[in-house]
Amino acid sequence: RSGGSGGGVDTQEKEGILPERAEEAKLKAKYPSLGQKPGGSDFLMKRLQKGQKYFDSGDYNMAKAKMKNKQLPSAGPDKNSVTGDHIPTPQDLPQRKSSLVTSKLAG
Amino acid sequence: MWLNQERSTDILFLFGYTADIISTVEFNHSGELLATGDKGGRVVIFQQEQENKTQTHSRGEYNVYSTFQSHEPEFDYLKSLEIEEKINKIRWLPQKNAAQFLLSTNDKTIKLWKISERDKRPEGYNLKEEDGRYRDPTTVTTLRVPVFRPMDLMVEASPRRIFANAHTYHINSISINSDYETYLSADDLRINLWHLEITDRSFNIVDIKPANMEELTEVITAAEFHPNSCNTFVYSSSKGTIRLCDMRASALCDRHSKLFEEPEDPSNRSFFSEIISSISDVKFSHSGRYMMTRDYLSVKIWDLNMENRPVETYQVHEYLRSKLCSLYENDCIFDKFECCWNGSDSVVMTGSYNNFFRMFDRNTKRDITLEASRENNKPRTVLKPRKVCASGKRKKDEISVDSLDFNKKILHTAWHPKENIIAVATTNNLYIFQDKVN
Repeated sequence: RSGGSGGGVDTQEKEGILPERAEEAKLKAKYPSLGQKPGGSDFLMKRLQKGQKYFDSGDYNMAKAKMKNKQLPSAGPDKNSVTGDHIPTPQDLPQRKSSLVTSKLAG
Repeated sequence: MWLNQERSTDILFLFGYTADIISTVEFNHSGELLATGDKGGRVVIFQQEQENKTQTHSRGEYNVYSTFQSHEPEFDYLKSLEIEEKINKIRWLPQKNAAQFLLSTNDKTIKLWKISERDKRPEGYNLKEEDGRYRDPTTVTTLRVPVFRPMDLMVEASPRRIFANAHTYHINSISINSDYETYLSADDLRINLWHLEITDRSFNIVDIKPANMEELTEVITAAEFHPNSCNTFVYSSSKGTIRLCDMRASALCDRHSKLFEEPEDPSNRSFFSEIISSISDVKFSHSGRYMMTRDYLSVKIWDLNMENRPVETYQVHEYLRSKLCSLYENDCIFDKFECCWNGSDSVVMTGSYNNFFRMFDRNTKRDITLEASRENNKPRTVLKPRKVCASGKRKKDEISVDSLDFNKKILHTAWHPKENIIAVATTNNLYIFQDKVN
């Protein structure tokens, strides 16, 4: 079935739902705590926050202040710890998972 | 002309360009310029070569015309959030003078850029040397008139307006009104109307944020102004509906003039129904009579005079219906594919996975699947149609659904407004194809 407008919609729909329902059963079997509907405000709230990266302005400004006071230059920025010792750049910041967002697969 | 032959197509691969992850592609109104935006906040503009009368083989190729950094990463201190510099959308203004103007937007800020050419420079100042150093006035003995002399073409991009601080949520669409004075910007919950000259004020024209966020049931996914009626715009939702609004009706267009929704048999509903019905793109036809929507599995054409169902539906990759479980697990089910019309509104195009893209001819009802990849295409070679085998015995040259690469997705495509030239963006590459000119 490729392209074309939907003539014979009924048969197409009936054939179509069976794979979709089978997929739904698969998903529910894997994640039994999954809610009935994916819609609803929790799900959409996660959508609204999707992709947002948090950064800590406190750490950022403290690092800036420390750099000003330091006599010697630091040994070199440790890219894994972005707090305190050096000024982070946007590229350094790890993508921190939002604490407000729970996995969509959790109950 | 595109979809005539079964064995091969009339479509030539012209040009490829490697970039950062491409996030938007848009031709300007004449088609002479093609703009791309990427995840790093850069805009790259390509220009079509002027037609060479002796070169009948093809129309002009596209070469890099200008590159500039449109947006930088920012911090929102109040919310402790990073604001990505990724360009979500670019929209061109129609050309009014020698310069070109475009709007580019990231999640929060829209910018109006002026792109102008400089091919002459003044020479022969009396008080300045050619390199800019000032001459000692006492050494000046004669007076001359400075003249403009030709120089190597320089293309300059400068930000003329910055429209900021009007969106709490992520901007997904911008659309320039047919009055060429105003434009709209839409985020997940609100749509704002701007005047191109005024940056410190915008009017909110749609607000679907509920008083209590617990009651949130849908978000705005795309919005566009009607190409001819400056009072009309549409916006699509995550529930598969499109609302048409008339700005003459009221200042706040929360009440729609028309609601386009295809009824669904409740017995067919599954866990995935709402997710795959979410509309990822809405585009008016050039005529303004129709609009096209893209949801996860299909492209639908709506007649603006008929709200209760689309007039045409095209299946993009129906074979994915039996893969929805894994597509939900790997998040691909949330991929936002765009769609576009050709200049005469007779063919529509959209992307898919495995670097495939699809075209549907509305008149002949034929469709074609093509692949954008460097391995298979040398410049000026004709593209071979592709076919996905959904189940059963796989024929030679067919690709089975399980072999599809879901990381290779074509989300952004654009069609030249007048010619049969298309721009297709894979993750990192821009491809330009055109039909063979005999």
